[in-house]
Amino acid sequence: MAMNEYTIALAGNPNTGKSTLFNVLTGLRQHTGNWPGKTVVHAEGFFTYNNNRYRMIDLPGTYSLYSNSADEEVARDFIIFEKPDITIVVLDATALERNLNLALQVLEMTSNVIVCVNLMDEAKKKGIRIDTKKLAATLGVPVIPISARNKEGIDTLLKTIDSMVLGKIKTNPITVRYSPEIEQCIEKLIPRVKEVIGDAYPARWVALRLLDGDMSLLRAFQQQPLPSVKEVSIYACHGPAKSI
Amino acid sequence: MHATVPQNRFEELMNEARALTPADTREQIVAAIFRTSQAICNETVTYTNQAKQYETEKLDRIFTSKLWGFPIMLVMLAVVIYITVAGANIPSSMLASFFGWVEGYLTLFFQAIHAPDWLYGLLVLGLYRGTAWVVSVMLPPMAIFFPIFALLENYGYLPRVAFNMDRLFKKAGAHGKQSLTMAMGFGCNAAAVMSTRIIESPRERMLAILTNNFVPCNGRWPTLILLSSLFMAASYTGGWKTFVTASVVVAMVLFGIVVTLTVSWVLSKTALRGIPTHYTLELPPYRRPKIWDTILRATLDKSIYVLKRAIVVAAPAGVITWVLGNIHIGDTTILAYLANWLDPFAKALGLDGYILMAFILGLPANEIVLPILLMGYLSTGSLTEVDGLRSLKQIFVDHGWTWLTALNMMLFSLLHYPCGTTLVNIYKETKSKKWTFVAFALPTSIAIAVTFFTAQLAKWFGIV
Amino acid sequence: MVRAKISRLSDSEPGERFRIAKLDINDDIMKRRLLDLGFVPGCEVAVLQKSPLGDPTAYRVCNTTIALRKEESDHIYGERIYDGNE
Repeated sequence: MAMNEYTIALAGNPNTGKSTLFNVLTGLRQHTGNWPGKTVVHAEGFFTYNNNRYRMIDLPGTYSLYSNSADEEVARDFIIFEKPDITIVVLDATALERNLNLALQVLEMTSNVIVCVNLMDEAKKKGIRIDTKKLAATLGVPVIPISARNKEGIDTLLKTIDSMVLGKIKTNPITVRYSPEIEQCIEKLIPRVKEVIGDAYPARWVALRLLDGDMSLLRAFQQQPLPSVKEVSIYACHGPAKSI
Repeated sequence: MHATVPQNRFEELMNEARALTPADTREQIVAAIFRTSQAICNETVTYTNQAKQYETEKLDRIFTSKLWGFPIMLVMLAVVIYITVAGANIPSSMLASFFGWVEGYLTLFFQAIHAPDWLYGLLVLGLYRGTAWVVSVMLPPMAIFFPIFALLENYGYLPRVAFNMDRLFKKAGAHGKQSLTMAMGFGCNAAAVMSTRIIESPRERMLAILTNNFVPCNGRWPTLILLSSLFMAASYTGGWKTFVTASVVVAMVLFGIVVTLTVSWVLSKTALRGIPTHYTLELPPYRRPKIWDTILRATLDKSIYVLKRAIVVAAPAGVITWVLGNIHIGDTTILAYLANWLDPFAKALGLDGYILMAFILGLPANEIVLPILLMGYLSTGSLTEVDGLRSLKQIFVDHGWTWLTALNMMLFSLLHYPCGTTLVNIYKETKSKKWTFVAFALPTSIAIAVTFFTAQLAKWFGIV
Repeated sequence: MVRAKISRLSDSEPGERFRIAKLDINDDIMKRRLLDLGFVPGCEVAVLQKSPLGDPTAYRVCNTTIALRKEESDHIYGERIYDGNE
């Protein structure tokens, strides 16, 4: 039986143990280089699980995807243009609030997301309890509590990855609600976005970036070939939006 | 079937969006995301032990306090160097005698197969001894230094160093994160040049690249430690000897930091003019590192890697030095000829021709400077087995060394041009021949100026 | 809200708390970075301590510790929170 190969992107804030997880999953089967044309380290590794082969890209550790530093552009462009089969967002359990920002930003770009709440051991020591079930229900994607350095939760993570690539998991990512003023603008822009760049990219996200005046994205779009129209958007922005 | 986004249509769309956009959209967008995160956290996170969370802050009140911040940094540096110096001695001599024992058998083997003298000289006296020296001198300090350093790094101490030192770097017109790249330089300058990528501003990154060499790397530790223990701590014994040795090495490191700041300051006022860019620094919580995992990773990633590189460079260098030391022009070897030629200039720097030549031949890797020097000093034209430090010192003294020679060699080693690998990396990172040349010429001029100054000063006062 | 209470974050002393009202920064990238780190209008910041040399200063924001130089904290405006004033 031929193995399928899937791509996984690993995103997260600096200091969240992202690299530890990367090392745990890929062991010594990794190599590093540069992202083309950028002085940003590109690390990728491989692992197999349940007859599937996974190529894992360790994206640069970033606080956000919008600050337009070289690191963040690399991470953003990979998620939006390379369309990894799964994006794993690693969160630091001891600083969940700030870490969630990145998760929410990623969830605006793609729905194939698994959230790993890392450093659960550390959080427990500090008396921080996280209801990961509730978190999963709120975010609308699987949330796995792990402790990468103690190799805890890795099995569950691998099983979830497997189920997700086999299409056994339906995600329904949360939609961040903006001020009525901005929501109005988004609404106006979405049809125009679809008209200009088609269905290949999450229209709500693109509209937001346009409102944000994100010039670097404009440049990135100019460099990127558009996938043919028959590809259907993987973005689920018109699903029932959760609001909190 | 690919179509590119029609550029002008996208730009049109962009303008359209801009016309719609309220003034503070950016803040509004981020604020909305933050509010969402906050709301989610309120629902899912509970805190049961508030005090525990602030442990890091309590530690920071000590590690970054006005009173203790700098003394603790100094003590940490001294302790790391002390442990490296104290711990490396015994394994080093054990390795040396092991390699000597193997060499006995190699010699027997070459005799048994009636190998010609030149082949024996080239392979055993040149290649084998050169490599064995580098391994036995370098492996133990590296095997101690890198893991300790990785433990400090994983514990989360390094960002505190950057926090404490930031003001100095800002004053020098450099980036606060330069101290992190310098910390990396203690291991390997070539790797540190790559690590300057964490500095986004090109001007400040260039400062960090050009000055990284003033942090002694792993290839130079042995030189500093050895000369310090032979000449600076000569009159002490036992624990005091180690202490004095470590203190002198610490002083060298501090001097390197002073030079770094001074050079950064001068450059930022001249060739690399500009004001320090804004930046933010996260101080992550202290975390007890996984001791064995850290040691294993540090050994695999760093020690083995650097050792491999050292061997790859040392092996051919051993061969070349043997050849230069055994081919005669008239009745002197090429090595001696070159050394004599360099001697007048070297003497002005308080060195001698052999030392300068060792630095020149040692361009590929700093690790091999001392071995080449010894090879040059010994008329046999090959590295002798040096049985113990006493005989090593005797070799130096026989060649006219004083504490001033040792001091100047340490200074030259600390300040001179980066090794070949580092220069290659500087070229790769800057893509500029001009800046790579500056990275070579600037430290070299400083090394020459400083050693000239100390040599002349000592002569003037008649201390030596 | 009393307008007169508006001050700069850089004026706050260690031990104090501060509620951010406005980021007055022209450098877009810097502004964005500060926002990403949690220096968001409406959020609360605790002033932890100064570096041994007086600058930068460490702040607790969103349960993380971030150090800012005076150059940045000068442009963050808001009000100091006094205990018993909440």
